[in-house]
This record gives sequence, C-alpha cells and structure tokens, in this order.
Amino acid sequence: MSIGMSTRPAGNSARAGRTPRKQGLLRRALQSKRTVVGLVLTLAVLTVAFLGPYLAPHSATEFVAAPFSPAGIGGPFGTDNLGRDVLSRFLAGGQTLMILAIIATALGVGLGALVGVLAAYRRGWLDELLMRAGDVALAFPQIVLALLFLSIIGPELWLLVLMVGFGHLPRVARVVRGAALSVVERDFVKAAESVGIPRWRIMIGEIVPNISSTLAVEFGLRLTYSIGLVAGLSFLGLGMQPPAADWGLMINENRIALTISPWSVALPVIAIALLTVGTNLVTDGLAKASIGSDKGVTV
Amino acid sequence: MRRLLFRRTLFGLFTLWVVSLVVFLATQALPGDAAQAILGREATPERLAALREQLNLGGSLPEQYFGWLGQLLSFNLGTSLAGGTPVVSAVGPMLLNSSILMLCAAVIAIPLAIGIGTWTALRKDSAVDHVTGIITLVLASLPEFVVGVLLVLLLATGVFHLFPAVFVLVPGEQVWSNPAQLVLPVLTLVLAVSPYIIRIMRATMLEVLESQYVQQARLKGLPERTVVLRHALPNAIGPVAQVIALQLAWLIGGVVIVEFLFRFPGVGFQLIDAVTNRDLPVVQALVIVIAIFYVAVNLLADVVTLAANPKVRTAS
Repeated sequence: MSIGMSTRPAGNSARAGRTPRKQGLLRRALQSKRTVVGLVLTLAVLTVAFLGPYLAPHSATEFVAAPFSPAGIGGPFGTDNLGRDVLSRFLAGGQTLMILAIIATALGVGLGALVGVLAAYRRGWLDELLMRAGDVALAFPQIVLALLFLSIIGPELWLLVLMVGFGHLPRVARVVRGAALSVVERDFVKAAESVGIPRWRIMIGEIVPNISSTLAVEFGLRLTYSIGLVAGLSFLGLGMQPPAADWGLMINENRIALTISPWSVALPVIAIALLTVGTNLVTDGLAKASIGSDKGVTV
Repeated sequence: MRRLLFRRTLFGLFTLWVVSLVVFLATQALPGDAAQAILGREATPERLAALREQLNLGGSLPEQYFGWLGQLLSFNLGTSLAGGTPVVSAVGPMLLNSSILMLCAAVIAIPLAIGIGTWTALRKDSAVDHVTGIITLVLASLPEFVVGVLLVLLLATGVFHLFPAVFVLVPGEQVWSNPAQLVLPVLTLVLAVSPYIIRIMRATMLEVLESQYVQQARLKGLPERTVVLRHALPNAIGPVAQVIALQLAWLIGGVVIVEFLFRFPGVGFQLIDAVTNRDLPVVQALVIVIAIFYVAVNLLADVVTLAANPKVRTAS
C-alpha cells in the first residue's frame, strides 16, 4: 500500500514536470535517430569545409608531383590533372560552396517568405498577381534560366547566388503563403491591427514567428537544393573558375582520369553526397516534428 | 474538362511568351553593346556589324524584340556564332536524342516506382519498408550529377567495369545503336526521379487501403490481389499522376547536367557547350526550344492528371 502511495504521486509529478516545458522544434526532431545522423553528417562536412583550408598540407595551387599520380605519391590521395595535391585541394575546396549555398538559400527563403506572407496578409489583387507570376516562374526549369544569364553576363559568383536564390523564391513563397493563410485570420493579428501597429510590423513581429517551423523546413529543403545547384553549376564550369579549388570544379577537371586517379573525383563527390544526405535527413526530421507542433501534440 | 484544357493551353502559351521576353531582355542586360561584349577582343568592325544584324540590335527595343520574335516564329533560330551553321539544323537530331534518353528513363522509372511504392505500402513497417524508406530519402537528397559520378565510379571505372563511362556517338549511327552506352545516363535519371514517386505512391496507397471501399471489397471476400489491383491501385494513381508529371518536367532540367556528365549528344550537352563558348544565338534558341518542350510536357501531364481523376473526367 505504501508502495502504491509513493509511486503514484511520483509518476504524476514526473508527467506534470514534463508537459509544461515547451520543447523547441530541433530538440523534438532530434529525438529521432535519423535527425541525429543527419546533423552529425552535416556538421562533419561543414567542419571539413571551414577548417580544411587551415589544415591543408600544401597550397591549393602548388605543384607537388606528376599529374594524376596515384594515391601515396605527392600526397595520401595522389595528385590532380595538373599535379596538385588532391587532399589539399579537397580541404580548400568546400568553403566557397558552403558560403554560396547558404547565402543563396537565405536570400531565396527570406524574400520568398516576405512575398508569401505579404500575399497571404494583403490578399486581393496583390495576392492574385504574385501567385500567378509565381506560376509562370515555376513553369520553367531553374537550371536553364541560370544557364541563360550565366552565359550572357559570364560566370560571376554573385550572379550564381542570385540565380539560385531567385529560383527558390516562387516555390518558397507558395508554401509560406499556404502556412500564413491560417495565421492571418487569428485573433492576435486583429488585436494588433486594432491597436494601430503598422502592417509591416505585424507581418514581421506577429505572423512570421508563427510560421517559424514552416520556414525552418523550407530552409533545410532549399539548402539541400542550393548545395546541389551551386556544386552542379560549378561542375559545369560556371561557378568558381580555375585555378581556384572547388569541389564541383574538381570533379569536372579530374573526371577524365577516373581509372588512374579516382580520389580526385571521389573525395568531393562523397563530401557533397554526405552533406546533402545530412541536410535532407535533418529537414525530414524537422518536417516530421513540425507536423506534431501544428496540432499541439508533443511527440 | 475541355474548358480546363483550354485554359491550361492558354497559360502555356502565355508562359512561352514571357520566356521569350525574358530571353530577349536578358540579352539587353549585357553592359554596353551586346555585340561588342560577346566578341570582346576579337571584334572587328565587319564582325560587329554582322553580329548586330544577327542579334537584331538595330532599331528601338520593341522593334528589335518583334524582329527576333518574328524570326523565331518562322523557325529561323539564327546561326551559330562558332560554326556559322543554322541552329535549327543541329537542334532537330539533338532534340530527338534527348527525347529518347528521357523516354527510356520515364518508361523504366514510372512503373518501377509505382510498383515499389505499392509493395512497400502493402508491407508497411516491415524491414523492406524501412530499408526502402531510407534508400529513397538518401537518393532524393543527392544531386543528379553526384548520382551519375557515383554510378560511374561503381559500374564503369572503379569497382566494376560493366558499362562505358562516356557516350561516344559514331557518325552515321543513332544513339540507340549501342544500348550499353545508354545504361548509365538512363540509370542516373531513373534513380533521380524514382524516389519522389515511390514515396508519394506509398503514402497515397496507405490512405486508399484504409478507405471504406477497400474494406468493403475485402469483406465481400474478394482475393487480396483483386482488392489491390482493381480497387486500390486505380484510385491511388490519380494523385500520383501529378507528382509523376512534376518529375517528368524536372527531368528536362536534370537531363542538362546528366548529358554533360556522360557527353550524351542531346540538347542539354549542346546548351552547355554554347554557354561555355558564349554562343548567344544558340543559347537563346535552345532555351526557347527547352521552354517549349517543358510547357508541352506540363500540358500533357495536366491531361493525364485530369484523365486519371474520375471526378474531373465525368464532369462535363
């Protein structure tokens, strides 16, 4: 009897202690093993990309041995098409890709969120105009549009970022508008309006925080695509220009000698693969966790 | 349904018009004189004049635009700056090659993905389901050129030596003359588009299997095979058709990088070639050609989606 008395309140207090603590989206997502694996992969590749340049044994443009030397000669992974150390170029070649992809994603998701929230909040002709314009933009492949402008203006990095970012804009705007539509009808928005708070402050201060989980998922999704697109355009020779070290460019420069010197292609390809798998696993975890948060369910 | 199709066609034509405007205005984005910027140091007065003529750089902006649009509508896609050959003669065969590549990928990927999606839905939470779930999630995250390079490392150069890593087209032969060369490009595209279709097929099928008419069919004592093939599958295909359509449209963008990777003689490979050489008339023409193709596939996809949806099909 005494045992029963003691366990019941203990169980209650434990439950009561757990429920009021509001868990963040990431913390909830991290309860899934897949998300943890994804986060570890992402952080590992990011660490290599950002610390790599300081750890490289040689300069990225230094000639160390004959071109396409096998692993062990000139460096642990051999040399590339011009006889530069593969490991050093790999360590130096991730940073720009990461920075470009992150800026492009921030640009696309930021502006897309703004357009989406504006369309949902203002409704009427502006909403109609923005969404129809988005339909037209969506009816055209993103990479072909990027190729058009890159061929006209030239392979400039700022243009690459703009093309990738603006390519995301209509897709993000559509999703964000959908999420914001239910928020703009809520009472606290009407309350804020009645007090006379300016509309732009309601949009940023009231609506945006309430669609933060949608924005987090969109950011993850678009980041995965940005990494693929930026690396892909680099691979096509339209991103970083030689002699710079860049993962996409490395794949293109060295793929003629896949049989004799596979590491110069394999290292950057594996790094990009691990990174995109990592970001997508995290995004998947966030998406699953945010389904619960909308319904007020703690998973 | 007819009205819907009419509206979609109008929207497609409108999209093409906007694309033509963007392609035209993009040329104007060149700082200063477009002809000067393209030719750069190789500019001689004669070549400048010839190029200005070719790019319709004389006259006011609307005049230039309508001149160019008129040429496009009469299938005069201009001449290549590099070869001096008319663009239209090269585009035809390339378009056919690209279409074959995409058709092969679609014919393999769609039934395969629908099959796997249905199968995993029927075996929900089994080991097969979990493994397929992880594989599709991983494949869906990989950029298509990464899939392609990994396949080359695995099947062509590194581990196995089964298929050629690059496409070599012997003059006078067709792309399908040597099917072994087609394997890796097609496999890359199949692996790139299937994951999404598998995932949406599984999700839709699960929903349908829970429905009352499927339960009713089971209670009638129909064999499970009939329940799945006759009752569940046709109802799940409708929503999936939309995703398949989006994936096919996506294929057109993805095929550009895959063709470049395998040196496949298609529109995408030619586009990259023109972009690297800054052969502006060819780039403009190919972008328009790809846009027409894209809009056509989207339209076709709409028709299939509508036809697969009994509610829309029967409504007059």
